[in-house]
Amino acid sequence: MGVGRTANNSVEDELEMATVRHRPEALELLEAQSKFTKKELQILYRGFKNECPSGVVNEETFKEIYSQFFPQGDSTTYAHFLFNAFDTDHNGAVSFEDFIKGLSILLRGTVQEKLNWAFNLYDINKDGYITKEEMLDIMKAIYDMMGKCTYPVLKEDAPRQHVETFFQKMDKNKDGVVTIDEFIESCQKDENIMRSMQLFENVI
Amino acid sequence: MAAGVATWLPFARAAAVGWLPLAQQPLPPAPGVKASRGDEVLVVNVSGRRFETWKNTLDRYPDTLLGSSEKEFFYNAESGEYFFDRDPDMFRHVLNFYRTGRLHCPRQECIQAFDEELAFYGLVPELIGDCCLEEYRDRKKENAERLAEDEEAEQAGDGPALPAGSSLRQRLWRAFENPHTSTTALVFYYVTGFFIAVSVIANVVETIPCRGTPARRPPREQPCGDRFPNAFFCMDTACVLIFTGEYLLRLFAAPSRCRFLRSVMSLIDIVAILPYYIGLFVSKKDDVSGAFVTLRVFRVFRIFKFSRHSQGLRILGYTLKSCASELGFLLFSLTMAIIIFATVMFYAEKGTSKTNFTSIPAAFWYTIVTMTTLGYGDMVPSTIAGKIFGSICSLSGVLVIALPVPVIVSNFSRIYHQNQRADKRRAQQKVRLARIRLAKSGTTNAFLQYKQNGGLEDNSSGEEQALCVRNRSAFEQQHHHLLHCLEKTTCHEFTDELTFSEALGTISLGRRTSRSTSVSSQPVGPGSMLSSCCPRRTKRRAIRLANSTASVSRGSMQELETLAGLQHSSAPQSRSSLNAKPHDSLDLNCDSRDFVAAIISIPTPPANTPDESQPSSPGSAGRAGNTLRNSNLGTPCLLPETVKISSL
Repeated sequence: MGVGRTANNSVEDELEMATVRHRPEALELLEAQSKFTKKELQILYRGFKNECPSGVVNEETFKEIYSQFFPQGDSTTYAHFLFNAFDTDHNGAVSFEDFIKGLSILLRGTVQEKLNWAFNLYDINKDGYITKEEMLDIMKAIYDMMGKCTYPVLKEDAPRQHVETFFQKMDKNKDGVVTIDEFIESCQKDENIMRSMQLFENVI
Repeated sequence: MAAGVATWLPFARAAAVGWLPLAQQPLPPAPGVKASRGDEVLVVNVSGRRFETWKNTLDRYPDTLLGSSEKEFFYNAESGEYFFDRDPDMFRHVLNFYRTGRLHCPRQECIQAFDEELAFYGLVPELIGDCCLEEYRDRKKENAERLAEDEEAEQAGDGPALPAGSSLRQRLWRAFENPHTSTTALVFYYVTGFFIAVSVIANVVETIPCRGTPARRPPREQPCGDRFPNAFFCMDTACVLIFTGEYLLRLFAAPSRCRFLRSVMSLIDIVAILPYYIGLFVSKKDDVSGAFVTLRVFRVFRIFKFSRHSQGLRILGYTLKSCASELGFLLFSLTMAIIIFATVMFYAEKGTSKTNFTSIPAAFWYTIVTMTTLGYGDMVPSTIAGKIFGSICSLSGVLVIALPVPVIVSNFSRIYHQNQRADKRRAQQKVRLARIRLAKSGTTNAFLQYKQNGGLEDNSSGEEQALCVRNRSAFEQQHHHLLHCLEKTTCHEFTDELTFSEALGTISLGRRTSRSTSVSSQPVGPGSMLSSCCPRRTKRRAIRLANSTASVSRGSMQELETLAGLQHSSAPQSRSSLNAKPHDSLDLNCDSRDFVAAIISIPTPPANTPDESQPSSPGSAGRAGNTLRNSNLGTPCLLPETVKISSL
């Protein structure tokens, strides 16, 4: 029963954003689609609705919210990638359903699903391959969040080195790109990653 | 933190799953928060009026009274509600802030009372939404001015109390700036005013023609200045002496001499007295005396010294300055019109013989006189075309002059007020941004404080943790966990500005020593590497080292200097490296730590290591350092670990 509109024009987009009241699917439907309980959905929706009375989050608001958590650095680039990862239907806005879909995977999903989601995040152009450039962008965005005052002092090529490490670990056939299967395989072999997957279970 | 951040924290933490595959170190365990508490409704009783809200709503702003554990002080266990003995009407606005994220200012309430309520509930006035901010500020300013006026009126009677033990300088300055404070100051004020007047009048009078003495040959009529040269000279000298004395006294008493020297009044003073002194040194030779006479013109600037005595003059000067752009435009449009008409008149009158319009610039004079409707009549057109254009010129002159003037007047008043308001807003904007920055850094500082208090220790040794670490709110715990995860992902830590600049400083200073230390140390095999680089133990040491770097590096500055000196004397070719650009010093970021460790743990021959391990050129040392770094490319974080273990 959701009233989702896809805007064609950016000007109309803004007008619609201001006037549309996007109502999410019914509570029972969402509960069936996601792995949250009714109470959790209620809490989440109340917070969501308070922040975005219109029912959708656009990228600017998203970036603002995310930057509140990382005051020392610049988190806009990473928030941009995160937004694209959440905005699965690519309409420039994250509705409550998108939000819940993403959170459901992250908090209640299987390891496979979580890794899938992470792969989707890194694969900026969604072509099924992570190239070094994409990874470098992501890495730079993450390091940007640290800001200037770090210890030890942030080197210029720290992100690049990190990317190299990552590729050495993940790229099994050394063809310069990481596919989803290589990714999942390598992650499942790394016990650190597997252990950390359990970390965020109890976030809600 | 602002709007609804606490609501979105779970989302941000969930999104941290995206860092997991990238992290090279294991992420810290999640805080054992009593989660899934379920949202409960709190009752807040404010002087009898009950307000009910979700607990999460209040948790949104954890650094306010209602959002933090401070509200527990007001908890009434018997009734199960939070009781505040405050104004319920004001509380409505405070609670709406939690609900909507925007703080509104009630129109009908006293600003002072509102401020007090905000202060009580821990809200800063900067949180007031844009819709109400202007009005809030205006009313606040009004209030403040009214109070200040009352204060001043009080003080004017008694005179402001001078802090006991103020120096002569301060007292002198106060006497100059506020002449009403003491009778001496007042006397001095009037005396200087009198002498300014005397000087100006003398300047004027000395040009009046006096009746000449019969003994003098004609010309009979002579300016008084030439008739009584000595008298005028004495008067001039006396005035200049007084002005010079006053200027020097002001210079002595000024709290900031540079600023005083640059101020307008000081410039006026200098211009007023300088011609006299220049005149003293210039002899009455013909070629220079012309210039000297011109200099005397500047004596009239003494009249501007009156602006110290007159508030109105100061305001006029200021308003002219602020209206300059409008005046400039008027001037520009007038110039255009003048040029046009002068050209036309010149070409119209060109044919006539014995005409006054000899050139276009000569026609400027006619145009100006005509357009401003002065009409001296010293230049008149004689041709018919000239007369036609002349009349058009005078008509348009009326328009060109009359039209912009009201515009300028209204512009002037608008600009004057606008300027004042804009400056105010700009100043407040800076303050506003600074406070926001402060609030942001407060968050970071909380995290750094948490780290410094050993928050990253194992939870097993919980008793040793500082109380502030244990008693953080759930939100804080989770937020710190999130920041900690980011640190682990990137293998870098958050620090504060001080530590960061210290680290940079010690890098550039200790580059030589650290480089050689790293070259001479043996890289330990990867087998002995711990599975997680940068283990907590050494990192904590590093944190302490970082914090104590300040004291260490200051104390060991002499050591560094002797080191540098030794290198300097022993190896002349290294002098270039000492002057090498510091930008590549940032590459050896890890060396700063082991340098500090070297100072702490290797007091013995630091002088030898640079000498013996000093390669012939600094380039090779750099390369050696680089190769050491490059060999560990696979695990860049291992480098500091490597050097650290060997140097301990």
